[in-house]
Amino acid sequence: MQIPYVSTARPDTGLFNAKLGIWLFLASEVMLFGALFSSYVLLRVGAPVWPHGYDLLNVPLATLNTVVLISSSVTMVMSWASLLLKDFKKYRMYMGATILLACMFLVVKFFEYSSKFSHDVFPSTSTFYAIYFTITGLHGLHVIGGIIVNSYFWGSGSRMWRTDPVRFTNRVEIAGLYWHFVDLVWIFLFPVLYLL
Amino acid sequence: MEGASVEEVKKSVRTYILIFVALMVLTVVTVAVSALHLSVGAAIAVALVIASIKATLVAGYFMHLISEKKLIYATLVLTVIFFVVLMLLPVSHYADRISG
Repeated sequence: MQIPYVSTARPDTGLFNAKLGIWLFLASEVMLFGALFSSYVLLRVGAPVWPHGYDLLNVPLATLNTVVLISSSVTMVMSWASLLLKDFKKYRMYMGATILLACMFLVVKFFEYSSKFSHDVFPSTSTFYAIYFTITGLHGLHVIGGIIVNSYFWGSGSRMWRTDPVRFTNRVEIAGLYWHFVDLVWIFLFPVLYLL
Repeated sequence: MEGASVEEVKKSVRTYILIFVALMVLTVVTVAVSALHLSVGAAIAVALVIASIKATLVAGYFMHLISEKKLIYATLVLTVIFFVVLMLLPVSHYADRISG
């Protein structure tokens, strides 16, 4: 059976199906991260004292990671634009750069985490660290998910470009929407956890 | 963007670069402001305003929300309402404690 509306828009929604699907998924993701942000507010307001993130966490490393993740969002959108311009080589280059930047983000995060662990700092150390590790850990899992999906579209999944280029372009657009969301979450995480 | 002309896509690419520069500048600004160690209230306000501007740029241009279909806007309006309720839950907890 042919899956309907993978490349053309459904007449009643005006969207190809995956586009609506990813936005519904992202709406649920907003609630997932929203619940954790809400918990953060509750814990912070309820605590007699709350530390400044910049006193406990590594702001230069987190700033570097912000730059890395924003850059990866740009390369992601450029990879999609390259497909719209029918330039597959550039698509591969930009998508490859997106994956590398995402890996770099995780490496930096690994150094941050391991420096904390080596100083005997764990989620159980304090309420601040509990919420810090929970939110950044969940965000890190999302980065790993993005790397897996993007690697598939960079590698074997990109064969679809030869058989059904419009559908493939749509798939990359959808992966991009997810990836920009992961960037967006970090844009809030960074100031909330590190700078306040 | 489906069926967009080459010219339109190239124009979008130029916009993406500009947005990238704006996001970098705002990142520097938010870090610089935090180094001033403002009072907690002012620091939270400034940080959230800058983050919201950055988020709007990412959602508006990279996720091309400035030109999307109505159904997606409708989904997002619902999401925003539920998100606001979620963020107000801690407040309601304190209101409850004060009145109780």
